[in-house]
Amino acid sequence: MKLIFEKSVAGRHCDLLPKCDVEYVEVPAAFKRETAPALPELSEVDVARHYTELDHRVHGVNCGFYPLGSCTMKYNPRIDEDMAALPGFTGVHPLAPADTVKGCREVLDTAAKYLCEITGMDGMTFQPAAGAHGEFTGVLLIKQYHDKRGDKKRTKIIVPDSAHGTNPATAAMCGFEVVNIPSAPNGCVDLEALKSVLGDDTAGLMLTNPNTVGIFDENILEITRLVHEAGGLCYYDGANLNAVMGVVRPGDMGFDCIHMNLHKTFATPHGGGGPGACAVGCKEFLREFLPASVLMQGKGRLQVRAFAGNFLVVVRALTYLLTLGREGVPEAAQNAVLNANYLMQRIKGTFEPAFDRICMHEFVLDLSEFKKETGVSALDVAKSLIDYGMHPPTMYFPMIVHEALMLEPTETESKETLDWAADVFRKLYELGKTDPQYMHDAPHHAQIGRPDEVRAARQPILRWQKA
Amino acid sequence: MSYVPSTAEQRQEMLRTVGVQDYRGLYRDVPQQMLLDRPLDIPEGMSEFEVTRAMTAMAAKNVVFPTVLRGAGSYDHYIPAVVKSIPAKEEFLTAYTPYQAEMSQGVLQSIFEYQTMICELTGMEVSNASVYDGATAAAEAAAMCRDRKRRVTLISGAANPDVINTVRTYCYGTGDELKVVPAKDGRTDPDALRELLGDGVSAFIVQQPNFYGQLEDVEALGKLAHEAGAMYVMSCNPISLGILKTPRECGADVAVGEGQPLGMPMGFGGPYLGFMATTEKHMRKLPGRIVGETVDSKGERAYVLSLQAREQHIRREKASSNICSNEALCALTAGVYLATMGPGGLAEAAKQSMAKAHYLCSGLTAIEGVELVYKGDFFHEFVTTMPRRNEVLAELERAGILGGLPVEEGLLWCATEKVGKAELDRAIGIVKEVLAK
Repeated sequence: MKLIFEKSVAGRHCDLLPKCDVEYVEVPAAFKRETAPALPELSEVDVARHYTELDHRVHGVNCGFYPLGSCTMKYNPRIDEDMAALPGFTGVHPLAPADTVKGCREVLDTAAKYLCEITGMDGMTFQPAAGAHGEFTGVLLIKQYHDKRGDKKRTKIIVPDSAHGTNPATAAMCGFEVVNIPSAPNGCVDLEALKSVLGDDTAGLMLTNPNTVGIFDENILEITRLVHEAGGLCYYDGANLNAVMGVVRPGDMGFDCIHMNLHKTFATPHGGGGPGACAVGCKEFLREFLPASVLMQGKGRLQVRAFAGNFLVVVRALTYLLTLGREGVPEAAQNAVLNANYLMQRIKGTFEPAFDRICMHEFVLDLSEFKKETGVSALDVAKSLIDYGMHPPTMYFPMIVHEALMLEPTETESKETLDWAADVFRKLYELGKTDPQYMHDAPHHAQIGRPDEVRAARQPILRWQKA
Repeated sequence: MSYVPSTAEQRQEMLRTVGVQDYRGLYRDVPQQMLLDRPLDIPEGMSEFEVTRAMTAMAAKNVVFPTVLRGAGSYDHYIPAVVKSIPAKEEFLTAYTPYQAEMSQGVLQSIFEYQTMICELTGMEVSNASVYDGATAAAEAAAMCRDRKRRVTLISGAANPDVINTVRTYCYGTGDELKVVPAKDGRTDPDALRELLGDGVSAFIVQQPNFYGQLEDVEALGKLAHEAGAMYVMSCNPISLGILKTPRECGADVAVGEGQPLGMPMGFGGPYLGFMATTEKHMRKLPGRIVGETVDSKGERAYVLSLQAREQHIRREKASSNICSNEALCALTAGVYLATMGPGGLAEAAKQSMAKAHYLCSGLTAIEGVELVYKGDFFHEFVTTMPRRNEVLAELERAGILGGLPVEEGLLWCATEKVGKAELDRAIGIVKEVLAK
């Protein structure tokens, strides 16, 4: 389809602003822009149709099954959108006087209280805008803690090799040396490997539990004890909290701080890549290090962005929390786990799980045998799913499994959808044996064929230019 | 209510298929003493109607001012209806990051168009797909300018305090130094800058217009930075770029800013939009997602996430940033806003904001006891002294007007195209009345 610039017609415009009823002021010559930006010139109907056409070329949770592992693509309740659009929230200036923003404070305080209870933490901030930003915030708590104690030799953060890429990247942004430890054959932390790297230079450990292969690490208490004994702190990557919320609490596992992706576990929409929102929680002894805006709360603290965070996303998450309530929160987790196990059972016998045991909210298929047999890769299977209107699972992650497909169905999918999805996987398993070429060429009925990514990287075209 | 569609019977059947008796069987890897043996201490779930009532009651505890004369990083511009409705479309709203290009062309193309618009606004050659907000954009810019030898970042003391403190936090993270260049008469002091620049300085960050609304002599400051071998970063108000020289024309190597004025509500501080653009030379140092054009297997034009070798999921601890999720829907919003306004509409919003701020300024400073603090050229914000400041603000509030932000020097005022002459006259009248008492 055409780009919006290719639809532009010189002189066309929308008239939306009132006439200026005061005198214009001349921009001083030294500052004046001589050439207007080449923005598209369109009528409102052009704009509406253009973006509707684009919207038709997007697959969201509301279009169909979206088992993108590690991303918790659950249904985003519509009521959450309505609440976030209330003028009483959207129209509030972040620096308005305290007695005029009591409602906003109540939203933040209430959400913080509930999330502290769900995670077993004592303090909570909503300043970070996304998961990785929350990791940064959390690891900075660890850094400040050691710094304040004058414990300067703690320069290392331990990260399992199955971790999300954001974990080591975050540790590096916080000035720590990253120590990668290999996973045990069952995908969990290798206790011996952990012990061998722990020492008085350990600042902390970053861990996801359930981990990125969808298994709850049964040694978790031992792991956090070992880290604490070495003088380090334990950071909980809450990307997988959806499996355990209301069932078991990170605070009770021995973690000192945690981040939660509100756009995963608490059902706020992901918007094609963001905005997310992140809550970072901590135990009492770290509270003094939580970030705060200088403009809102005065000097004295670090801050990771302006103002109080992605507030309107927190409104959505609180609406969701109020809807679920004390029974709904564990019910969601339990059914997320049930759906994952059910789907794994239904697929088993064709594509095989990398770890054949009860999983948490997600599981990983290992297609290396299948690829050896048929030449059909995890990528080919993923692209073939697109022809069925299913968003592919996360591919080639975690890196400890080769030819990995990671599926996270979430609790908001029905048994019928899971049965259908399992049937699709079974069909593709058969197809791979009879017509592998068809799968190498997939997708066949999508918006586009496979894009040439090498060309995109070698000859970068990153903006439109007039021919 | 947990939005779980499967019926009780279906759940039982599924448990049987999995081979466990009940839900506890699913959690058998969890040390049993850790399982929560009590209900969560949060309220019972509510019906949609009850939730609506509860949330609406909270919203009602806020005051929404019909007239906003406060900015300082969050601006009350007019948001066209179509700019609200398009990003609310369910497909845009509920999609994830466009990892699978074959079913995400809509998101990818919208980002490619956004990148082009940001390049047009800033005069730069390359834009990323967004970062969290203007403050983190400045911090990311500081990080991208560093190399092995040059580690010190300079930032103007006339920049927004939240931006300065965010950059300071990021510098604390990597253990690098941030020095604040003092302001003089409400603008960056060039002599102080000259003194602080040196071999170890990687970048100088200036805000245009600055926190006090003043227009900085950005070309001269940029020259100083470049002469000392430092990169030059400009943090810009995107509305002002409708009428002000582009950062590229002013010599900037990196342009960043807070995109909130481009169609996002003030929303008590977020979600907002950090935009970042640079020259082709520094393209591969830019953090975050970038969308590129390519062709598909049939030779047709297509869009993909590109240059991913910079990113955390490939590079891990060596990545240019840890950013993963960004503010895609806000970038879409900004794109729709800019397409709707067009070059003429954007310039008009900028001109009216500037005109109304100047009208407000003249009116206020004509009142005895109210002085303009910084006398340089300004865009749509300015600082005045204000005797009996709290009384004045309280009286304005009673009339539904959010007055200027209290700062050390007095009040920092702002006007946008949304406020008409009548409202401005009313605000001026109230200040006059209070001070005449």
